[in-house]
Amino acid sequence: MTKRALSIDILGMGKRFGAFQALDDVSISVPAGSFHALLGENGAGKSTLVKCLMGFYQPDGGDILLNGKQVTIAAPREARALAIGMVYQHFTLVPSLTGAENLVMARADVPLVVDWAKETKALNDFLDRMPFRVPLDLPLSGLAAGQKQKLEILKQLYLNQRFLILDEPTSVLTPNEATEILGLLRGMTQAGDLTVLMITHKFREVTEFCDGVTVLRRGRKVGGGLVSELTTDAMAKLMIGETQVPKRAERVDHGVTPIMVDLIALYGTGDDGLPAVKELDLKVHEGEILGLAGVSGNGQVELLEILAGQRPLAEGRIFVQGKPFTPKRAEMDLMKVFSLPEEPLKNATAPRMSVAENLAFRSFDKAPLTKARWFLSGKEIRAKAEALIERYNIRTRSPETPMEALSGGNVQRAVLAREISGDVAVLVIANPCFGLDFASVADIRGQLLALRNKGTAILLISEDLDEILELSDRIAVMSEGHITYLAPAGEADRTAIGHAMAGH
Amino acid sequence: MSQDPGVWTVLLAIFAGAIRVSTPFLFVSLGECLTEKSGRVNLGLEGTLIFGAMSAYATAYTTGSPWLGVLVAGFAGLSLGVLHGLLCNLPRINDVAVGIALMLFGTGLAFFFGKPFIQPAAPRLPGIPLGDWTGNTAIASALDINPLFFVGGALAWIMAWGFKTTRWGLIVRMVGDSAAAARAMGYSLGRVRLICTALGGFLSGIGGSFLSLSYPGSWNEGLSSGQGLIAVALVIFARWNPLRCFVAALLFGGAGALGPALQSIGVSQGYYLFNAAPYILTLLIMIVSVSPKRSLKDAPSELSITR
Repeated sequence: MTKRALSIDILGMGKRFGAFQALDDVSISVPAGSFHALLGENGAGKSTLVKCLMGFYQPDGGDILLNGKQVTIAAPREARALAIGMVYQHFTLVPSLTGAENLVMARADVPLVVDWAKETKALNDFLDRMPFRVPLDLPLSGLAAGQKQKLEILKQLYLNQRFLILDEPTSVLTPNEATEILGLLRGMTQAGDLTVLMITHKFREVTEFCDGVTVLRRGRKVGGGLVSELTTDAMAKLMIGETQVPKRAERVDHGVTPIMVDLIALYGTGDDGLPAVKELDLKVHEGEILGLAGVSGNGQVELLEILAGQRPLAEGRIFVQGKPFTPKRAEMDLMKVFSLPEEPLKNATAPRMSVAENLAFRSFDKAPLTKARWFLSGKEIRAKAEALIERYNIRTRSPETPMEALSGGNVQRAVLAREISGDVAVLVIANPCFGLDFASVADIRGQLLALRNKGTAILLISEDLDEILELSDRIAVMSEGHITYLAPAGEADRTAIGHAMAGH
Repeated sequence: MSQDPGVWTVLLAIFAGAIRVSTPFLFVSLGECLTEKSGRVNLGLEGTLIFGAMSAYATAYTTGSPWLGVLVAGFAGLSLGVLHGLLCNLPRINDVAVGIALMLFGTGLAFFFGKPFIQPAAPRLPGIPLGDWTGNTAIASALDINPLFFVGGALAWIMAWGFKTTRWGLIVRMVGDSAAAARAMGYSLGRVRLICTALGGFLSGIGGSFLSLSYPGSWNEGLSSGQGLIAVALVIFARWNPLRCFVAALLFGGAGALGPALQSIGVSQGYYLFNAAPYILTLLIMIVSVSPKRSLKDAPSELSITR
C-alpha cells in the first residue's frame, strides 16, 4: 500500500514586511508520515512560515517541494487543492451550524440543495473510519472546546487533506484531551495516512508526540533535528537564545496561616440562564496558592466573574479576612481584592484606551492621579504608567499606545501590573499563561510565587494542569459548578484529579 | 353564544383583522429576517415599506393594474435595499446609522413623489373569497383573504427550509454567524449581505404594496405608522426563525386589529389605547426577550446589535 501522506521540503524561504525580516533563509524538511514540531517564541516567524505555506503570504524567496516536486501556492484555495490543510488557533467553525452542516459547508462542491439523509449517512460512514467521534447533530455552540477542536481536525480529514498544519492546537484543551487528540493524530502519521506540522510552545507535546523539530528565533532557523536526539533544555536554549529566564522565587514555608477568603455555598447563573456555580465552598489561606483545576465550562469563569464583581451572586456569602465582602469597587479597594480574568484584553481592559489609562483603572480616582477630587492629572497618570511599564517589563511603543496594539503577553503583563503592583491581600486569577511564550510564562509564574511569599492569598483558576501542579500549595477541582476534589499539592495525584475533573 | 353575538363579532373581526394586518408585518419581518441572518440590520425598512406603498399605489393608479403595482413596489424596495447594502459595504460604516438615514430618505421620497396620489382612487388587489359558500356576509367578508397572505406564508416555509437545506441558505447563515469562517471559505461577505439586504428590501416593498392596495387600501402619509420598525422587533421575538416570524406576525396583526374590532361593535371607550396594542406588545416583547444576564438566544453573532 502506498503512503497517502505528503512530504514537504521548504528551501531557503524568506519573507520581509517593510523593514522587518520576518523569515530569513529558513529550510525545513518534513518527511511523509512524520509529526514535526515548529518551536519558537512569539514573533519568531512560525506563523509567517505556515502562512506562506498556506498561500496567505507570498514568500520573497525560496522554494516549496511537495513530494519532491516544486510547487507555488498563490492562495489558500490552492493549498487546499494540494491537500494541505490547516487547523487555526481560533476556531473557524460556525457556531450556530450543526457539526454536519459545518462539515458539508467546508466542501468545495456543496450541492445547491443538500440531501440531508444521504449526507448524514455519508458522514457517519466517514466517522466510522476515523479514530474519534463528535456529535454531528448539535449546533457547535453547544459543544465543549475539546470537541470543537476535534471537529476542526475531522473537517480537514473529511476534506481529504493529507498534510496537516496545526497552530497551537492544544491551547484550548485540557491535558487529557490534548493527549488524546495528539495521540490519535500520531497514530495516523505512523500509519502513513497523514503528515503533521505543529506549532507549539509546550515541550511535553514535542517530546511525547513529535518525530522531528525545528526551532525558529527572530525569523531564522536556529536548530532542530530528531526529537530523540534533543533534550528539553537544549530546545529551550535554542528557543530563547541568550535571554535570561528570570529565576523563580523560592517557596517560603509560611506554616499554618489564617483563612483569608471564605466562600460559603455560592450559587451563580451562567450566560445561558442555567446555574453555573452550585453550592461552592472554598477557603483560601494567607500566603497560599490554591489551584483550581477543571475542564473549561464547568463554572470556573463564572466563579471568577462573581468574585470580580462582573456577575451577580445568586446566593451565598463571601468573607474576606472574616468580614462579609461584596464585590464592589469600594470594597475591593478597601479589602485589597484584585482579579485577572482570562483573555484580559477582552475582559479586563478598554482595548482602545491607552496603556496608561488602562493601567490607571484601579487608581485614577485617588490622589495623586486625581487633583482636588475632580480633575485627573495626565502627568501623574503617565508617570505611574511609565513606572509600571519599566518595573513589569511591558513592551509598548509609548504609554499612549492603545491597549489593543500590544501583544498577548504584554497585555497580560500590563493587567497583572495594574492588579498586583500595590498591596494585595487576595488575587483571583484565571489562565494567566494562556497562549504565552516560554519567557513570559516563566516571568508571570515567578511573579505569582513572589506574591504568595509576601502573604497574598491566590486563587489560581487554570485549565493547564501542569501549571496548577507546579504552582499550587493546595489543589481543588471544579466540576459542574462545585468542588469535587481538594488536597494538599504534595498528596495530589493526576489520576484522582482526572477522575474529579470528569465529575466522578 | 346566541345570547351574546358581540363576542363572536369581535372574535371574527380580530381573526379577519389579524390576517389583514399581519400581511405587511409578515413580509417586512421575513425581509428583515433574511437580512439579519446574513449579519446586518436594516432599520430602513420602515422607509422601504412607505416607499413601496407609494410606488405600488402610483403604478396601480396610472396603469390600472394592481399586480403590476406590487411588482414595482418590490423593485422600489429592492433598489433601497441595494443602496443600504452598498453603503454598508464601505469600510467603517455602521449599518444601524445607514438604516435610520434610509428610513428618513425612503419616507421623504415617498411623500415627495406621492403628493399627487393622495386623492385619486387606485384599483385594489382582489381577495380570494373563501367564505362565500356560508351565505353569511360577516363570515364571507372575514374570509375574503388577500393572496399575498398565502404567498407570505409559503415564503416563510420556503425560507425555513432554505436556511436548512440549500447551499445558499447555509452560506447566508455562515456569513451571519462567523465572518472569519465565511472568509476562510472564500465567500464574499459584502456580496452575500448585499444580496440579502436587496431581497429583504424587495419583500418589504411588497409589504408596502399590501398597505396601499389592499388594507387599509389607500395612499396617505400616515399609512405605516411604524410597522416597519415593529417588524424589526418582531424578528427578535421570532428568534430569527421564518416560521416563528409567521406566528409573530399573526400575533401582532391580532393586536393591531383589536382597536378596530372593538369599535365595530360600538366599544369606543379607550379606542386609542386599544390601537396602541401593537406598540405596547413590542415594548413588552423587548423587555421579556432582552436580559442583562444572558445573551440573546439564536441571534446571528455577526449582528452589530448583539455584538
